[in-house]
Amino acid sequence: MDLSFTDEELAFQAEVREFLETKLPADVKDRYERGLHFTKEGQVRWQKILNEKGWMAPNWPAEYGGTGWTATQKYIFAQELGRASAPPPIPFGVSMVGPVIYTFGSQEQKDYYLPRILNSDDWWCQGYSEPGSGSDLASLQTKAVRDGDEYVVNGQKIWTSHAQHADMIFCLVRTDSNAKAQEGISFLLIDMNTPGITLKPIIGLDKEHTLNEVFFDDVRVPVKNRVGEENKGWTYAKFLLGNERTSIARISQSKLKVKKLRAIAAEQRTNGGLLQDDTDFMRKLNQIDVDLMALEYTELRMLSRIQKGEKLTAEPSLLKIKGSDIQQALTELSVEALGMYGVAYEAEEIREGRNDQNFAPDYANGPMAEHLYLRAASIYGGSNEIQRNIISKMVLGL
Amino acid sequence: MDFELSEEQVLLKDSVDRFVLDNYGADDRLKLSQTELGFSRDHWKQMAELGWLGMAFPEEVGGFGGGAVETMIMMESMGRGLVLEPFVSTVLLGGALIAEAGSAEQIESIIPSVIEGNLMLAFAYAEPQSRFNLNDVETTATKSGDGYVLSGTKSVVYHGGTADKVVVSARTSGGSRDAEGISLFVVDTNASGVDVRSYQTVDGQRAADIRFDNVSVGADALLGEEGKAAPVIEKIADRATAALCAEAVGAMAAANEITNEYLKTRKQFGIPIGKFQVLQHRMVDMYMEAEQSKSMADMAAMKLDIGYSDETKRAVSAAKSQIGKACKFVGQQSVQLHGGMGMTDEYSIGHYFKRLSTIELLFGNTDYHLNRFSALS
Repeated sequence: MDLSFTDEELAFQAEVREFLETKLPADVKDRYERGLHFTKEGQVRWQKILNEKGWMAPNWPAEYGGTGWTATQKYIFAQELGRASAPPPIPFGVSMVGPVIYTFGSQEQKDYYLPRILNSDDWWCQGYSEPGSGSDLASLQTKAVRDGDEYVVNGQKIWTSHAQHADMIFCLVRTDSNAKAQEGISFLLIDMNTPGITLKPIIGLDKEHTLNEVFFDDVRVPVKNRVGEENKGWTYAKFLLGNERTSIARISQSKLKVKKLRAIAAEQRTNGGLLQDDTDFMRKLNQIDVDLMALEYTELRMLSRIQKGEKLTAEPSLLKIKGSDIQQALTELSVEALGMYGVAYEAEEIREGRNDQNFAPDYANGPMAEHLYLRAASIYGGSNEIQRNIISKMVLGL
Repeated sequence: MDFELSEEQVLLKDSVDRFVLDNYGADDRLKLSQTELGFSRDHWKQMAELGWLGMAFPEEVGGFGGGAVETMIMMESMGRGLVLEPFVSTVLLGGALIAEAGSAEQIESIIPSVIEGNLMLAFAYAEPQSRFNLNDVETTATKSGDGYVLSGTKSVVYHGGTADKVVVSARTSGGSRDAEGISLFVVDTNASGVDVRSYQTVDGQRAADIRFDNVSVGADALLGEEGKAAPVIEKIADRATAALCAEAVGAMAAANEITNEYLKTRKQFGIPIGKFQVLQHRMVDMYMEAEQSKSMADMAAMKLDIGYSDETKRAVSAAKSQIGKACKFVGQQSVQLHGGMGMTDEYSIGHYFKRLSTIELLFGNTDYHLNRFSALS
């Protein structure tokens, strides 16, 4: 047991730090630091810079374009991204469907999709939830009926994040209606430009458009776009959710947020002094900081077990629960830090369209947007209640 | 970075686990805690023979040179069985202070006997007014000829009643809460003017209040430099705090296992109560608190092995504040999920609850350490 870095690891840290200092676009950094949604153009530009360096997919096996880093290097990289206010890649391609493709996909799928994911040529979105299938995901009803070399897909997906930008959607569809719920599902890769797909935006609590409904009306999908075996999609879906839970804790991002909050507390005035002298406020902030430290070392312990070859069952659900609790506590406190300016909030398009801006401090732009958006953190990726069910069953055997 | 135990560390863990399994069944522990001594001298001898009493001492003083990680491993395993022997008091407090600050003669005359299991120690630092402030010292040590005269009262000195010698913090100069002016003395508990009043603590252990009434000690009783003991005390207290964190981790793991098993076997409404979602989620929250605590105890031990700086202090306080919170939650909910059974003295879960509640308090409670973390952030 040892927490120190070797000389090689320190050199690696310096290399990452230097790369981020010189290559991270300022506009991308600014939006991310504030907690505003990315722009597609900015995010893709940044991901291509990462890919050029070969650092797009630290968690992929080297043979598919991964970095071949040790667990410690991956930890250093994640820490440095957070430290530099650099957004990690959008997860749908590189963290979600990518591992499904290289683990269960055909050679043809690997050869075609993996390089395109690495180079951000395709923007992916996730077709899981349906109006009647949220926590009970396996009850999904979108149907795919075989017709020669194609499936004909009919149905509807919902809560599809960033689908308006997407070139591709990975989709869970029902291919056998007579089987048990989990046993009649297949995993399809669908081109969003296929005739019969329509989108309807859902405006969120934050007044922004990130969520969508996706409708499938006789959408014809080549059978070769199915990953793995027919009716085995639930296995792949769960594999993906398991991966998602380890990346969803967003620890380095939360560390960045703590740092930012300390800076705001050093500027925000209250009672003739500064917010950083308010013991009630600082106590909340420091409590979150302690929780975050505990989560960081819990994640490191789990990564160490994975690196050693141990198979974790539902332990990563802990990361999801605690990680989202912390994100929400931090964004809530960020709003609180603004005092009355916490309530001044407009959708970005409206605010940017004004000729006259209010007199709020610059850092007031962002916290409420993120606070509203991240109420979803305890809902998406399997609600925190569902995560508790999973731990209870898989880890505690209850 | 490496989070895995080395081969030697695995052996150490196995050996403490075996000791606990052989000697610390719930009934054994309850009986032992009710004896006059409150622990077993046979166990103490075994611990010496197994080399545990020397594990934390540097090789220069005859120890085995184990670090905070080795201490963490032993304490976590002992925590599973709520071990009663005065390991923390003798080795990690009294012994560690002497090894850290003592002269060659002091070390030579005391530490080998500690390692062999022939000498027990305690650390008398708390006072009726001091709460958790280690620098709040009103006990005085006044120069007298070559030596000193000690006067004052020390509170809740763990294992003070069985200690052959106590290490005492006393003020040789400065105001009552100044860091400057605190000195350490090694005092025989049977010296004239030392009044030791021993009693049981809620966790089944023993403590004593000790009054020093014009106790004369020689110059050789002074440990380290006069007036400069505060940093030494803080460092050893932090190491002991990290060790107690590890003990709590072991105790929480055991409490959770016992409770989880109870949920599977206890039936109400015709089904095991563990089938009720509200209890499942409670148990998951207890599991998560225990996991977060384990991470913090490991982290604190590893940081202590790197060195001792403000960052280390901040890490120890972060660990203790997380673990203090978890001690209360896991301890109280373990009792709650056992229903009436949790209220009995006979059943083990209540003893875990009481020890966990005690650890929350020792060397500063959750609030104290969150404040210390804040001050260092």
